[in-house]
Amino acid sequence: MTRYLLRRLLLAAITLWIVTAVIFFATHILPGNVALRILGPFAEKNAIASLNEELGLNRPLVTQYSEWIGSALRGDLGTSLKYNQPVTSILFPALIYSLKLAVLAFVMLVPLSILGGIIAALKRGKLVDRLITIGGLSAAMVPEFVWAVILVLVFGIQIPLFPVTAIPKDGATIIGQIYPLILPAICLVLVLFGYVARIMRAGVIEAIDADYTRTAILKGIPHRKVIRKHVLRNALLPTIAVIASQVSYLVGGLVAVEIIFNYPGFGLALRTSVTYRDFPLLQASVLIIAVIIILVQVLADILFIVLNPRIRQSVVN
Amino acid sequence: MTHPVSPANSADIAAREQRIKIRRERLALLRKNKAFIAGTALLGFWVFCSIVGNLITPHDPQQIDLMAINLAPSGTYLLGTDSLGRDVLSRVIIGARPILFMAVGATVIGTVLGTTIGLIAGYYKGMVDAVIMRLVDAMSAIPVIVLALLAVATLQRPSNLLTLLIIGIVFTPIIARTVRAAVLGEVELDYVASARLRTEKVPHILAIEVLPNVLAPIIVEFTVRLGYAVFAIATLSFLGAGVQIGSPNWGSQVAENYSQMYGNIWWSTVFPAGAIATLAIGVNLIADGLTEVFEQ
Repeated sequence: MTRYLLRRLLLAAITLWIVTAVIFFATHILPGNVALRILGPFAEKNAIASLNEELGLNRPLVTQYSEWIGSALRGDLGTSLKYNQPVTSILFPALIYSLKLAVLAFVMLVPLSILGGIIAALKRGKLVDRLITIGGLSAAMVPEFVWAVILVLVFGIQIPLFPVTAIPKDGATIIGQIYPLILPAICLVLVLFGYVARIMRAGVIEAIDADYTRTAILKGIPHRKVIRKHVLRNALLPTIAVIASQVSYLVGGLVAVEIIFNYPGFGLALRTSVTYRDFPLLQASVLIIAVIIILVQVLADILFIVLNPRIRQSVVN
Repeated sequence: MTHPVSPANSADIAAREQRIKIRRERLALLRKNKAFIAGTALLGFWVFCSIVGNLITPHDPQQIDLMAINLAPSGTYLLGTDSLGRDVLSRVIIGARPILFMAVGATVIGTVLGTTIGLIAGYYKGMVDAVIMRLVDAMSAIPVIVLALLAVATLQRPSNLLTLLIIGIVFTPIIARTVRAAVLGEVELDYVASARLRTEKVPHILAIEVLPNVLAPIIVEFTVRLGYAVFAIATLSFLGAGVQIGSPNWGSQVAENYSQMYGNIWWSTVFPAGAIATLAIGVNLIADGLTEVFEQ
């Protein structure tokens, strides 16, 4: 197990290293001079030169890269050009806000999609099955901002059940905090539901067709118990892996949803950094996103092994 | 590269006939698949709009008319006008062209590069393989939207062509992984061994022998990626990144007009948003039909 863990962490470290290189070189090698981007096309030559000097952009790329990595490892992600504050002091409050929204989305997504997958599998080939699989994946292909616009129009304006913005208020009760987040969370759920439900459905079908389920039924174990103990336990495993991989899509979706609902999370910070060419803020945001996604994937892999006795055995040996 | 008549050749002919027979069966199945037909109709409609474009727009899609802003749908303006008095219907029709062009372009680039790399990785395994898998991991750690935002922020100005390239490059390792998985199984088969014994060169084995046998997963992957490309490009144009400013993109139309919705002026937002949804769902239905038929 320790050997597996070390191997998995090493792979994650390599992935992270490639990611840092992509982030760094995407902002430095692509056509377009950072100082010119910040100062605009009519900037004077010596203004560009002095900004380059100030940002350390006139030094060799490799030096800049290793310094960026070095200070990132010490927890220093640089200073925001727009806010003139350490980027960490801007990004961490935003991260907490986004986390609240993401957690709410997952709390809605996980039971709904698992239930949807089970129903689809048990009614294989029937209309309900087609609705859940084709409807779910079609909903997943529609971008979050389109869902957001439709939901705001229907449930925020025509039938004003929910607020159309999600700006957090100080001192609101738990319900007062959650309520404005319901519409944005539904946008995220609509895009993720189809994938998770489909994998759950495939897992349930595989388990139903498996020999051990047949044996359990022939032994005379009650049907409900077979589904609960034999089918669901096996079907949940691949679903966990897929739920973890959805975190990446979730983060992509946060940007658009947070803009429409004016919610001061990570996505809004990312968009601000793009609009104002705030490169330290931009690089740090992307790096933090990547670190979170990689960590979630490692955790999911470990959870997968802990929960699956067959793999656990083979890993231990 | 031609061969004299040999046992290998008659086996080739039999294999080819078998392949043609499978293709006919699949086409017949597709014609009966309702999801596939509905998807083709939706996609076909938007392809039609993108080709005829200006010929069928009732008004000039770029014509600003400040005397006619935010007009509700009527006989003159079937889908109303937007906050600058431009005809919504004309803008929706003309908006099909950039998104389709970019989505298809990005997917073609990703598929061509990904197939090439996947064929090589599946054939040689080992080192090439390990490198590709790490790249896939790295790509899946940065959401496509975020990666495109990163690149777009650095560029001098948003450009359709560069966004197309970026999305194509992001797709490459993902498609390579699919092709690689299919190739791994094929390489073990006898026909590859016999091609090696005939001392065929590797490019010939991969392009002429292996590729036709892994086309099915490539076609399915292409349509699935096309759906993601529509998703990503629509989102990027909504975010004001990745598309030329001023070009009538559906995503930009939603971004320009959605604040009007709070004054109950819904048409300038809902119609371009609906256009994105129908295109995305159309592509997904096609992908769904193909997956079902090819995986039988």
